[in-house]
Parts: sequence; structure tokens; C-alpha cells
Amino acid sequence: MSNSFVLKNVVIGDGVATDIQIEGDKIVAIGAGLVAAESIDCSGLVALPGFVDLHTHLREPGFEQSETVLTGTQAAAMGGFTAVHAMANTSPVADTAGVVEQVAALGREAGYADVYPIGAVTVGLEGKQLAELGAMANSKAQVRVFSDDGKCVHDPVLMRRALEYVKAFGGVIAQHAQEPRLTEGAQMNEGAVSAELGLTGWPAVAEESIIARDVLLAEHVGSRVHICHLSTAGSVEIVRWAKARGIQVTAEVTPHHLLLTDELVRSYDAVYKVNPPLRTAADVVALREALIDGTIDIIATDHAPHPIEAKDCEWSAAAFGMLGLETAASIAQDVLIDSGKSSWARLAEVLSLNPAKIGGDTDQGQGLIAGAFANIALIDPKVKRAVVADSVSKSKNSPYIGLELPGKVIHTIYRGYFTVRDGLLAETGRN
Amino acid sequence: MIKYLLSAGDLTRDQTIEILDIAEGMADVNEREIKKLPTLRGKTVVNLFFEDSTRTRISFELAAKRLSADVINFSAKGSSVSKGESLKDTAQTLEAMGADAVVIRHPASGTANVLAHSNWINGAIVNAGDGTHEHPTQALLDAFTMRKRIHGSNSKGKALDGLKVAIVGDVLHSRVARSNLLLLNTLGAEVHFVAPPTLLPANPSNWKATLHFSLDETLQVEKPDVVMMLRVQAERMNASFFPSEREYARIWGFNADRLKTLKPSAFLMHPGPMNRGLEIDAISADSPQSTVLEQVANGVSVRMAVLYSLLSGERAADVK
Repeated sequence: MSNSFVLKNVVIGDGVATDIQIEGDKIVAIGAGLVAAESIDCSGLVALPGFVDLHTHLREPGFEQSETVLTGTQAAAMGGFTAVHAMANTSPVADTAGVVEQVAALGREAGYADVYPIGAVTVGLEGKQLAELGAMANSKAQVRVFSDDGKCVHDPVLMRRALEYVKAFGGVIAQHAQEPRLTEGAQMNEGAVSAELGLTGWPAVAEESIIARDVLLAEHVGSRVHICHLSTAGSVEIVRWAKARGIQVTAEVTPHHLLLTDELVRSYDAVYKVNPPLRTAADVVALREALIDGTIDIIATDHAPHPIEAKDCEWSAAAFGMLGLETAASIAQDVLIDSGKSSWARLAEVLSLNPAKIGGDTDQGQGLIAGAFANIALIDPKVKRAVVADSVSKSKNSPYIGLELPGKVIHTIYRGYFTVRDGLLAETGRN
Repeated sequence: MIKYLLSAGDLTRDQTIEILDIAEGMADVNEREIKKLPTLRGKTVVNLFFEDSTRTRISFELAAKRLSADVINFSAKGSSVSKGESLKDTAQTLEAMGADAVVIRHPASGTANVLAHSNWINGAIVNAGDGTHEHPTQALLDAFTMRKRIHGSNSKGKALDGLKVAIVGDVLHSRVARSNLLLLNTLGAEVHFVAPPTLLPANPSNWKATLHFSLDETLQVEKPDVVMMLRVQAERMNASFFPSEREYARIWGFNADRLKTLKPSAFLMHPGPMNRGLEIDAISADSPQSTVLEQVANGVSVRMAVLYSLLSGERAADVK
């Protein structure tokens, strides 16, 4: 069966309306007046390269009550993503070739997005002994990103060795920067609000001190390091300094840290409990500026599904984390486009080109050019949508419920296949 | 009428004075031979305690009983989620049994708020201490005690304008300090916190209070009308908040020497239970300036006033 269609009158990024022709799993032509067996009117839609999430918790194996590879990639598709990197904090932990191959296989079976498993840096995320990074890199899953996310690789010697070791196969360590002693029992950002609420503080310095150490370690051993979910103005300053110094550092920010602040914790509604915690309005401003000026390279969702019972309880008993896949593009649009401060080209960089580059995903983030894989997100930027609890994800812990967000993903094309069409999820995946 | 007492900051100045005035009446009842009112007959008050606190529980229990309410004590130790039944299930169980008011004590900050903003319970909710957040009835009884010491039998209708209150000790982890700050602000008093820097919040910018590190200097310069000592919890002792108990007692503890520096009208408060010899010495604790036992007695009157305010309004509505 041949797959051939043309997306008519679509605006590519910041350009003018044109057509995109797709044959099989590739883009074959871009230009006006293209003709194919099927033609789809895309007037008013913006075409962007399919989004790549460098930081997704798919929860499988082990926590299928929260999410599975299937439901997580379906949520990804709804958000315009065509690839996700699945974090290693599953049960069993993704610290062996066997587990990462299993996750990759589940992704292929689901067929809603490319699933790139992230390997644990240390055995069982325990921060004591390096996991078999080489075995994971050489497995069928070809792991290139390693992270103990949820926990910090806090032992400086172990971090140094990990940074050095992954050079052997072009890997990168993605650090969850959290000094553990400074954050014992931490519940929210340490600041004026935590003082009032009587919740144990998670101080900015616990993040910034690890980032400072790790960029210096990366410089010393000539490795690259990726910093997960930057959340403070101080972290931005350190990464800016490191980049100016020529250190190979990349950094991500989550959608929620670009929009929400610790004032929301006043409700003690655990939907706002996340790690790193929501910070102050001044931090949000600094993160937004850093995303625009390039200090921060990417938006990554840190999509962290949890079942109702993990959030419907007292604050300190609740789990950390919030959903993000289905709403990320809207927040990117808010920060980069609706603010009038940046461009669709930058949005394509931070949600597709850059994360693919950092993750070494050669089939992703190729941009919308003839010959590239047909991974495309089509967005109607003029729609305003009220976020409702009814998500495609198996969990409902979205902090945006009740908010109105700009833009809506109308179609998602994954390797030539509509995983989302007219805003509706395909009943089956590709294959 | 208010339905919840979650934070001392929930109360306006008028509401606060009204509750304190009602408590004056309750104090009169507590002086009588038959210490009982029929006001809350047929009402059920549940003391839901997830944390050991015999003092606060019996104070609420006595308050409810003196108003003729039926009282149930529900003790559940530790975090409810890790120990089996969730907060939600416990709350819904009490609701199903027809609790008119839930008095909750919980080790996690904000739990009373969570309970109030869920749909698990329809009844009134009183925060009897949530983690390191608030303990609003303690602040009310402290304010009542201050008013009574200053104005005696002419206390009704009075606020605490211009009163200078020094609150000393582990401010960072103290729900008593937080609730007192808000209530004293509401009543027009001036709040001074005195603590080692490790036991103050890193960012107190939202607090309407003056911060001091030195107790002696504060006593000397500010000449407070009230000094309130906070309990030092055992779990702070070995967590590097201060080098040793002896050093803490020397620098931030209240003792006979410091007692001599107080102005004659000043008095000394402590929410109890006291660590004698640590934050307060025996001479100070047992001195005429000490209000410790008055606070305990006033606690019952104030809690009667709170339960009355929360539940009798509901009754009036029922009649309509």
C-alpha cells in the first residue's frame, strides 16, 4: 500500500504558505502546487518538525498503573511529539541491556513515536556503582543518553568517571542536579512562601552547586554534560558562564517551570508538587529569557504521570511530578511566539532539532526538508483551549487543568503516519 | 459564620475579638460548679489525631464535652498513606458516621487545608496543628492569655494594639510561632522573633516581624511586654541547628538572670510541654511572671469558643 499525500497551504515555521508532499515515510517535496493521491487542506496551520522529548517518564515496566509505553507515546502524539526519551527510573530500573531493549521493543510495538530508552548511570539509581553503560550503548536500543533522573549522581568521582566513560560511544550524562544533603525532606522551593507554609525548603543552591561542579568536571575531562530541568535564575547564570567558557554543556527547562510559580503551593494541592519544585516569578522570567537567548537549549517535559491516589492526599505524602506532553507546545508558543520575543524557528529548535541532536537521534529533528523522515507536528496557533482533566495519558495530574492555553496540535505525522489527525488520536499505531 | 479554622490568618480582627469575647463567657462557665452548657447537644466532634499530643487532645475533648457535644477520639499514628488507610478514606469514614466537626492534628503541613478543600468532609474543620505550619487555637489562647493579664475582667472587646511580643526559639519549625505571628499582626501587636540564624527561615520577607539573633540584646533594647519561649524539639538536637543543648540554653534559654531584666509588668509564656533547663529554667517557669498554667486553663475556654462559633452558626442555619 502506498502512502502518498500532500499537506496543502501549510506555513512552515515563520515562512509563507506552501505544500509538503509525503511518500511512504519521507518528505519528498516542498513547494507550491504539489499534487498527490490525497490532499489535506492545512490552511492556517503551522508545520514544525515532529517534537522530541528528551525527558519522559513512561513508567513501564513496573508502574503501569501510572502510564505505559503505549499510553505515554499516545499522549506524546497528542502533543505533537514523534520521539520520546524514556527515563530509567522504572522497576526494574533501566540499568541493563535487557530492560532498555524491552522498553525500545514496547515502543516499536505501540507505533506512536520513536522511543529511545535512557539508561541509568548507576546500578539501581543508587549512586554507588556504574551501570553497564557500554552494554546498553551496544544493545539493540543503542542508548546514548544516561541519567539517574529523580536522583542526582552526587558522588563527584562517580560523576567524573561517568562523564569520561560515555565518550567511548558518544554518550551524554543527563544530570538531575540536586545536592541530596541540602534537600533532605524537601517539599517545595525554599523562599518566602515556604517560610509561610511551613514546608521544608528545596533551596536553589542545592541545584546550582551541582551544576557548577558538573560543568567544571565536564571541562576538566573534556566531556559533554546535559543538565535536566533547570529551575532557577542562578542555574541560568552558571550555564551561561560555562557556555561562554566553551564548556560542552546543554540545558533543558520544563514547560511548568516556564509558567508556574511556588505561589500555587499555597493551596497545598499536590498537583503542584514537583521536583525540582516550582520556583519564584523571578526565576520564571530568567528561564524564559534563557530559552529565548539560547542559554537553555531545549524544552523537555519531565512528563511524570501518577495515579489519583498519589496526589489526592496530604502534601508531604504525595508523589513528585506532573504531566507535560500534551501541553508542552502550547507553553512553548506562549513563551516564544505569543510573547513576540522569538520565532517558530526557535520553537522548532527547542522542541525538535536540539533535543534530537543532544540525544543522538539521527532519524529525528531533521527539519522539514525533502528527503527527511516525515515527522511533522501541525499546529493551529490561533486556537485557545481550556485544559480539561480528560487526557490521553493514563494519569490526570496536569497542573494546567482549568487554565486556558494557546494553540492546539491538529495533526501529528510520525514517519509518514497520522498518529493524530484532526485533533483525534489514531486508533492504532504505525505498522 | 466561619466553617473552618485552618490558619490564624483566616480570622479578621472583628472575628478574632468576637471569639476571644465568647471565650470570656466560657471561662466564666469553667468557674462554675457545674461546668457545662447544653449548646452543642447532639453534635458530634471528632478529634482526628495523626500525631501524639495528649495536651491538645484533652483540651479539645474537654471543650467539646463542656458544650455537651459527643466526642470521638480517633488516633492514627504516622503518615496515613504509608501506614495503610489514606487520609481520604479516614475522612470519608468520619463523614459517613456523621461528624459535625473534625479537629485535626497531623504531622504534615497543610493537611487541614487539604481536608477543607476536598469534598471528603462537609462538617466544620479545626486545625489543631499541622506539621510546621500552624496551630491557630494556640495563638487564640495565647492572645486570650495576654489580654487577660493586661486587662483582667475588662478584657472584652479589647485587641492587643502596640503590645510588644518577643517569640524566642525554634521559629523555623514552629507552628505556634506562625499562628501567633498572624494573629498578633491582626490584633495590632508588634512581633519580634529571636532565634539562632539556623532556626529562622532563609527568606522571611513575607513576615511582618522583626528578627533578632540575640536574646539579651532584644530584652535590653526592645523591653518586650511579653516573652514567649518555644519548645526545642528533640529531633533538632542532633541536626547541627546548634552545637549543643548547653550552648542553646546559655544563649537562647530563659533563666533567672534574664527574668530580672524584664520590666515589672512583663510576663513569660510557653505553649508547653516545657523542656525545663533547656529553653526555660525552673525559676522562670514557676515564677509569678509565668503564664504557663493560665495558658492551659484558657486553652479550654478558647477551644469552647471556637467549637461554639463553628457549630452553633450551623445550628442557627438549621433552624431557618
